[in-house]
Amino acid sequence: MTMINYFRFLLFCSFGVLLSACNDNSNNSSIDTFDRELMLTHWADNIIIPRYETYVSSLEDLESKTEEFITNASVDNFDVLRSSWLSSYTAWQAVSMFEIGKAEENGLRNYTNIYPTDTNKINQNIAEHDYNLTLPSNFDAQGFPALDYLLYGLSEDKSEAAYLLTQSDRNLYLSLLVTRLKLLAEAVVDDWKSGYREEFIANKGSSATASVDKIVNDFLYYYERFLRAGKVGIPAGVFSGSSLSHTVEAPFCGVYSKDFLLASLTAVQDFFNGKSHLSNGTGESLNAYLDYLNTKIEGADLAVLINSQFDSARNKINSLNQNLKKQVETDNVKMLEAYDELQKVVILFKVDMMQALNIKVDFIDADGD
Amino acid sequence: MDVFSKYLNQKVDIAPLITFRIFFGLLMLFSILRFWYHGWIEKLYLNPTFHFKYYGFEWVHVPDNYTYLLFIICGISAFLVALGYQYRLAMLTFFLSFTYIELMDKTTYLNHYYFISSLSFLLIFLPAGRYFSMDAIRKKNSSRYIPRWNIDAIKLLLAIVYIYAGVAKLNYDWMYNAMPLKIWLPSKFDIPFLGDLLQQTWLHYAFSWAGMLYDVTIVFFLLYRRTRWLGFMAVVVFHLLTRVLFPIGMFPYIMISATLIFFSGEWHHQLLRFFNKIIVGSKKYLANQKALEVDVSRKGQLKRMLIFSFFIIQILLPWRYLCYPGNVFWTEEGYRFSWRVMLMEKAGYANFKIVDAKSGKRFYVDNRDFLNSFQEKQMSTQPDFILEYAHYLGNHFKRQGHQNVQVFVESYVALNGRKSRPYIDPTVDLMKERESFEHKDWILPFETKD
Repeated sequence: MTMINYFRFLLFCSFGVLLSACNDNSNNSSIDTFDRELMLTHWADNIIIPRYETYVSSLEDLESKTEEFITNASVDNFDVLRSSWLSSYTAWQAVSMFEIGKAEENGLRNYTNIYPTDTNKINQNIAEHDYNLTLPSNFDAQGFPALDYLLYGLSEDKSEAAYLLTQSDRNLYLSLLVTRLKLLAEAVVDDWKSGYREEFIANKGSSATASVDKIVNDFLYYYERFLRAGKVGIPAGVFSGSSLSHTVEAPFCGVYSKDFLLASLTAVQDFFNGKSHLSNGTGESLNAYLDYLNTKIEGADLAVLINSQFDSARNKINSLNQNLKKQVETDNVKMLEAYDELQKVVILFKVDMMQALNIKVDFIDADGD
Repeated sequence: MDVFSKYLNQKVDIAPLITFRIFFGLLMLFSILRFWYHGWIEKLYLNPTFHFKYYGFEWVHVPDNYTYLLFIICGISAFLVALGYQYRLAMLTFFLSFTYIELMDKTTYLNHYYFISSLSFLLIFLPAGRYFSMDAIRKKNSSRYIPRWNIDAIKLLLAIVYIYAGVAKLNYDWMYNAMPLKIWLPSKFDIPFLGDLLQQTWLHYAFSWAGMLYDVTIVFFLLYRRTRWLGFMAVVVFHLLTRVLFPIGMFPYIMISATLIFFSGEWHHQLLRFFNKIIVGSKKYLANQKALEVDVSRKGQLKRMLIFSFFIIQILLPWRYLCYPGNVFWTEEGYRFSWRVMLMEKAGYANFKIVDAKSGKRFYVDNRDFLNSFQEKQMSTQPDFILEYAHYLGNHFKRQGHQNVQVFVESYVALNGRKSRPYIDPTVDLMKERESFEHKDWILPFETKD
């Protein structure tokens, strides 16, 4: 009987814990919890929407520069057009990771930056006038990679390139592509501003479809697939056994491929750290969230580890040739080394960060134990 | 007469076994329907191109579209069990179809499913169809009283499940680090009323310790009449709380209804009278007062021997991990089938490298080309999955015409909030390793610094 009394005592203790817990909750309103709503608001208002606005205005500029070039195909206007293309392509690197909401619905990334671009298809489209750019088969005949071809791939010689671009309806295709990019981007910003922002912030729960889970998954997917693999791994031959230098980003222009990679890496790191787009301020972020969860591991903070791994990846990338295509062709080992550093971030993200945040990678809603 | 045969001849009211059968059948039917409704037949079995097999059960295959038929058979047999129609055959069919489904892919392994398989195996041999059943009406051979061991067998199985689950919690991480609850609970911030509370460290410890105490002691509370209701209240609170906090499907309801077996025959009889009133209306189904004698034939003895061996296995199997070196949470050698329920948070990443041994040419595999995300998650933290997948990849690339194929893996695993560390020896060609019950010496040691 004493045994039973003992068990009963223990059980009452556990109930006691539960009960006192409930009391504690009602009395103490200053319990320190991480405010996910604040984080989502900061993401939407200070990072995602401003980055998209920058991107859209860069595309508006690109559109007007395109029109100017079409009316007057001078080499000067051609230079201006090219540099506008560079600005908007760079701005794109900062928004590509947010494939959520309208961007996800419309498949923004697929229509914007699928490379290597198919030059035969582009020429065929231009020649036949009969194409539907909304078809998946035309993913690789539009967007920035196709513009890269039209602006830099027609000829090595600048004035000849400018001349060729005005011939055989190429300029028509050019202006179509630019307008299409702008419309696609505008649809996303408009959606954010007309209700999606509120929906995004309100969806602050912990389910697999909640905003934090979704955007973190998108963010990781982008980093792994499009930054690590797309910009570095695939050209370096990590997945094929032999290097594929033609698969670098913007191969016709060439010299900006490293800058795009760096822009993308910085955009990813800034998002992680919650850095505002238009100021140097920071707000609630994955970094702060990890700090809150107090994931002190082996004496170092996980967020610090992630940032320093980002930095060593950046250091490796900085030592690469401006033209990644040349880098792959001349010294692919360096490219592979850069890949390895980028890869280490994947492990910190997918294993350590996801465990700490208790977010499932591409969650399938099966039962657990 | 010795104590054993005296025990063997002891008779009790059959009613607890009968309500058990009815709840079990209905809950299983519902589980099957729920599984189907959620689209998991497609997601977990039909869509993946590759399935992870249990060692020794590589012959079990997903029978394409006949998988639906398998689920239909499983569901119907569960319903027949509830009705008590051709009980033994229905129970056998349920056991076989359910277990076959579980064997199709070990990605979906859950202790709960193993519990259902074990329980349904045991139920084949218990006379749960002999009262308040269609068989009893049809064959007119029902019994009101049965040898006591039949009901004790179910209690014993439940005791094993709970006590082993409790003992498994007696480890450093669970007791002194409140891991993995410290990771899991804060992420449930959006649960009404509890959300903020779940952020509190003291609560993680309270839940860890209370959960351990619950598992270890609950059976004793249920065994004694005076503490039974208190115990049952704890069962309800505990399982409903786990239902709120974790995605564990039907299990809480199964356990809550299973623990009713501890209540008295009279109590269950009232329940049956109630069922009878609302479903059948006539009293004749409960009128029988006969007793089922102990089957002393050779067949009966064999059956009891079989059940006895079943329990010996159940009691010994969870200790097999002691035969392996290293931390069982890390190596997972002897981890399954041991009632280690919700004990660890493990995340991993496995990057497979295919190498041509002669030319040294190498490339990495994109796991998404072969596995769904659930399979990839399970694969990346369990060595037997990693090995099986490595062989699958090796053979796949051989068929594609690659020569001298070697498969290496660079993998990292984080266990219970520790920093990720290398998991599998990246210099070992997994194509040369074979699955066996022996220790896998290519698992890197788990040197814990914290």
